[in-house]
Amino acid sequence: MSSKTIKVDYLARVEGEGALYIRIKDDRVTQVQLKIFEPPRFFEAFLQGRKYTEAPDITARICGICPVAYQMSSVHALEQILGLKVAGPLRELRRLIYCGEWIESHGLHVYMLHAPDFLGYADAIQMARDYPEAVKRGLKLKQIGNELVALVGGREIHPINVRVGGFYSVPRKKDLVPMVEKLKWARDAALETVRWVSTFNFPPVEPEYEFVSLRHPQEYPFNEGRLVSNKGLDIAVDDFEAHFEEEHVPYTTALHSILKARGAYYVGPMARYNNNFDLLPPAVQAAAQEAGLTSFCCNPFQSIIIRSIEILYACEESLRIIDQYEQPERPYLEAEPRAGIGHGISEAPRGSLYHRYRIDDQGVIQEAKIVPPTSQNQKTVESDLYQVAVQNLHLPEDQLTWICEQAIRNYDPCISCSVHFLKLHLERR
Amino acid sequence: MSPPTPTLVIGIGHEWRGDDAAALLVARHLREQDCPQVLVREMSGNAADLLNTWQEAAAVMVVDAIHGPAAPGTIYRFDAQSEPLPADLFPACSTHAWGVAEAVALGRILQCLPPTLIIYGIVGQNFGLGTGLSPPVAPAIPEVAQRILKEIEYLKR
Repeated sequence: MSSKTIKVDYLARVEGEGALYIRIKDDRVTQVQLKIFEPPRFFEAFLQGRKYTEAPDITARICGICPVAYQMSSVHALEQILGLKVAGPLRELRRLIYCGEWIESHGLHVYMLHAPDFLGYADAIQMARDYPEAVKRGLKLKQIGNELVALVGGREIHPINVRVGGFYSVPRKKDLVPMVEKLKWARDAALETVRWVSTFNFPPVEPEYEFVSLRHPQEYPFNEGRLVSNKGLDIAVDDFEAHFEEEHVPYTTALHSILKARGAYYVGPMARYNNNFDLLPPAVQAAAQEAGLTSFCCNPFQSIIIRSIEILYACEESLRIIDQYEQPERPYLEAEPRAGIGHGISEAPRGSLYHRYRIDDQGVIQEAKIVPPTSQNQKTVESDLYQVAVQNLHLPEDQLTWICEQAIRNYDPCISCSVHFLKLHLERR
Repeated sequence: MSPPTPTLVIGIGHEWRGDDAAALLVARHLREQDCPQVLVREMSGNAADLLNTWQEAAAVMVVDAIHGPAAPGTIYRFDAQSEPLPADLFPACSTHAWGVAEAVALGRILQCLPPTLIIYGIVGQNFGLGTGLSPPVAPAIPEVAQRILKEIEYLKR
């Protein structure tokens, strides 16, 4: 009987605090647990008793990387209660600020957090010695994403300009125009990114997943649409809780989200891509095909290509929006508060983000529910880890640990969102 | 493109985490001096943003609150062009984002450090939730500001 323990105290390049435990006994993987030990953050409780108008700013504080996602899901849920339908240039500005968040978040993950895994470096600083131009490109992409968020949102981290009904103030056309040349550079850089990452070596795995994301009839999704999957799910956002549930798991402080009918599922860039490939502009589809992808991809390691594809899409979409933008007469729509329940799902960089609010007739929040993408992916991450461990048991411990960490980063997990350090504890017996 | 600002002072910190606001207060102190040709910025300390921002100037002074073995309020000064920042004073505080030390290390590899890059560290005592500096840390604010002003005067010569 063999017995061995591998322990990595802090898995770097993920956001949050947690631990991974893999037990191997007699050359068999017997247990995989993604343990999140960060204390619950109680945001849903903080929201109770606050005015509905505060929700976008309070929930934005859940994450410094994807605050726009929290703002967008909250405003859509609350606008559903108020009967507000944000359209025209205000709706376009919401897509524009979301483009900025995708560019900065995906740029950070592709270049600084995930690429070092594929190229064999401990971190991007080490990688920069051999790939200085790539690292510079990644830094500049992130900066341009940040600038776009700041331009529409007032500042890049925890934007302050988003409100229920629209924005506190809207940019003039001439405010947006200086971004055009930067975004054209970013579009070229994104295409270069797709080509670069497509040359990486990808472990040949293709598990069967249920990919869940928004789908909109006319556009690659950010804020609106129905929740669909490659296995037949097709529901209104309002019906999320009828089909999905969160469950307590003894070893983690974060809730696990499952599809009631089929269990684990997958949200994020791969899910969006697989459910919405036909809605990508032809140039973006062509870039994907040039990178060796078809319209459906289920190798989680290739998520780095799809994240890069989404950077390219976000640049294209930003340029389209700025080109067509006309400053609206009013920066926001207004409505009197009324009692009700509203639901919103938007596509955070890491996947679908669900919010539900119940407010009273004074507009005071009585109840809030938030299901972030990392909670939704936890079961699937564990399943992937199990497969990766089984397939790579023959590897030396350092290499096995490496590929397990890489597999986790396929999901760009934001554990802070789900409740924060990931420890990897690999035990062989 | 506008000519580079001769000197950029960057205060890094978090307003609501006790002594972590020390560098922000140094920045505000300097801004009140209204020094010509000195641009003062307050930043959160993200490495990518730092690397981009300090391209704007030939001389950059960065102030950050730090943990350290020395007494709270102790002031450290490093010439980042000539030495790496000591890891025990500037440890990685996040598994996800990078701070000042990583920005300096990456900037050195990418050969994009400004010609003059001075880093001041102020040893803090309390980094918990809330506003207000610890009594031993407060005197460091005007002192660091004065030292930076003297450095700027020296650079003008």
